[in-house]
Amino acid sequence: MKPVRSYLVTARSKATTGIRGFDEITGGGLPHGRTTLLEGGPGSGKTIFALQFLVCGARTCKEPGIFVAFEETSKRIMANAEGFGWKLAELQRKKLFFLDAQPEPDLIQSGNFDLSGMLAGLDVQIKEMGARRIVFDALDILLALLVDPAARRREVYRLHEWLLARELTGIITAKAGGDKSSSMRHQPFGFMQFMVDCAVILNHSVVQGVSQRNLRVQKYRGSSFDEHESPFLIGNNGFEVAGARTLGHVYATVINERVSSGVKRLDTMLGGGYYRGASVLITGFPGTAKTTLCGAFAEAACRRNERTMFVSFDSDFSEVIRNLASVGIRLDRYVKSGLLRIVSVRTITGNAETYLLRIKTYAKEHRARCLVIDPVSTLSSSANELTAHSVAERLIDWSKSGGTTLVCTSLVDEMSGRTLGMSPLQISTLADTWIHLNYLAQAGERNRGLSIIKSRGTAHSNQVRELILSDAGVTLTDTYTAGGEVLMGTMRWEKESAEHSAKEETEVARKLKRVTLDAEEAELEVRVKSLQTELVAKQVEKSLLARTTASRVQELSRGHTRMRELRGADAAKPERK
Amino acid sequence: MFRFRLYVAGDTQNSAQAVANLTVLCRANLPNQHQIEIVDVLREPMRALKDHIHMTPTLVKLSPSPVRTIVGTLSQTQPLLQALGLITFAP
Repeated sequence: MKPVRSYLVTARSKATTGIRGFDEITGGGLPHGRTTLLEGGPGSGKTIFALQFLVCGARTCKEPGIFVAFEETSKRIMANAEGFGWKLAELQRKKLFFLDAQPEPDLIQSGNFDLSGMLAGLDVQIKEMGARRIVFDALDILLALLVDPAARRREVYRLHEWLLARELTGIITAKAGGDKSSSMRHQPFGFMQFMVDCAVILNHSVVQGVSQRNLRVQKYRGSSFDEHESPFLIGNNGFEVAGARTLGHVYATVINERVSSGVKRLDTMLGGGYYRGASVLITGFPGTAKTTLCGAFAEAACRRNERTMFVSFDSDFSEVIRNLASVGIRLDRYVKSGLLRIVSVRTITGNAETYLLRIKTYAKEHRARCLVIDPVSTLSSSANELTAHSVAERLIDWSKSGGTTLVCTSLVDEMSGRTLGMSPLQISTLADTWIHLNYLAQAGERNRGLSIIKSRGTAHSNQVRELILSDAGVTLTDTYTAGGEVLMGTMRWEKESAEHSAKEETEVARKLKRVTLDAEEAELEVRVKSLQTELVAKQVEKSLLARTTASRVQELSRGHTRMRELRGADAAKPERK
Repeated sequence: MFRFRLYVAGDTQNSAQAVANLTVLCRANLPNQHQIEIVDVLREPMRALKDHIHMTPTLVKLSPSPVRTIVGTLSQTQPLLQALGLITFAP
């Protein structure tokens, strides 16, 4: 045994794995120049993880790698990895070297052996290509050949020492039954976990008939890491780990911009529309026009020339377009122009995680600014509710951090008798705006009612509005409240028309009254005129009378004077001197 | 004539043991009808890779056919002799 050495650790010494999500969990990747143990059951994705690590090194980090395959032949591994688009053939030899080290099936074993031979060969290979990364895939196969536990331990130590001495970033994969069974049954490999600097456990389990893949970093010397199980997915581009929950959350700055909901009156009710980057939840019973509201939002977004993605869980691509076209929402042209992408995912395959990762991938590909998920409640039906809740949470987190406006619907099942707030995803507490649609059954009719339950940061109407769908589109109408009841549909119409005719009647009555008053006024005016004329006549007469009287008096006095003159009277003549 | 090739890793414990065991075995069972070639993979590492030798020590019986590969210190003589076709077992 070689003496124990001490290795210097620097904070930034991490080797990127190129696995989305994993680098975030570990704060940068695997420990550089150290060994990582990757444990997992059959089919848990160990080989893919390891290979992706090498591909990333070879392609982006200028760190060529060697893949030592103890189980599968390199040919098979390459064929299996073909689908991920890693172009292994291009990398091979110079940047990526495969060593087939499968024990031959007819191999006879007699006594102990060691790996010195292979390591000597690898030394040459490493020097030749300047390899910095190495993977020993399915080391357990080789170790199983060693009968003696001490010999196994010795070989693992030998390998580990060898890796450290060369400062290679290494992954050793080994089969294990995950966390629980590793205690007793897999004791021989147990000590490997203590020896290595980093241990990652892959888990593949089936919960309620749905496959769930989880990854957990068990230990990571000298670094903080997300210690919880993180769901992962083997997708089109390889391994993808669902984002870390605690590390590196960067929220986008809050934006005050409003985006239209696609329904004018709803915008008014919300005081201008949804906030950009907000998450909107539309809940309702089946058939309450949730999808239609989503469609209206999508159309409005497209009209603003924003890239939009519409994820439909229960309808086909063409069905969505047809159904929405029937209420005047024409999406086909935007699909054609590439502005809108409709993704139709049937509910059968995959679990909530898978969906989330797929939605994320598609949205990223499409560079969507607005996202519609209809209905998001599907997530909870295809996985156990606990996961679904965290998925919904991360969905909202993710859309927020990207500034994507998210509109999702959630089905409220009438049959299950779930009350309003108990949306199975509990997404309602996370959503910024919550619109509830329901039926009002009244007088043999079902009508759609819309109400805003909450809308953070905006003043919003507290009134229930009736939602009307027609060829021309979606509109909201005021409802009538009569005797403490909300009237909708025909009853609203009746009430409306009754009110209308009543209004007309009073209008007519008022007109009539005015006419009669006018007539009376006119009559009075006429009378006033005639009286005035009469008055003038009388005045004239009066003045005439006054004048005649005056002249008479004058006449009379003149007559007196004349008479006095004639009579020769003198008494009254002092002024004539 | 038995032709053997034994891949060893220097004089590590396992390898030294295999050399000793093989010598004893040949002397006892195949006097004067064997030929042993010893390849030290530490000195010829590329040869080990090329010959697909990953574990040391590894013994390859080149002739008589069939060619057989035996891994280990060659300490368990009975199954070893059986594999080499030196004894046949009647169960």
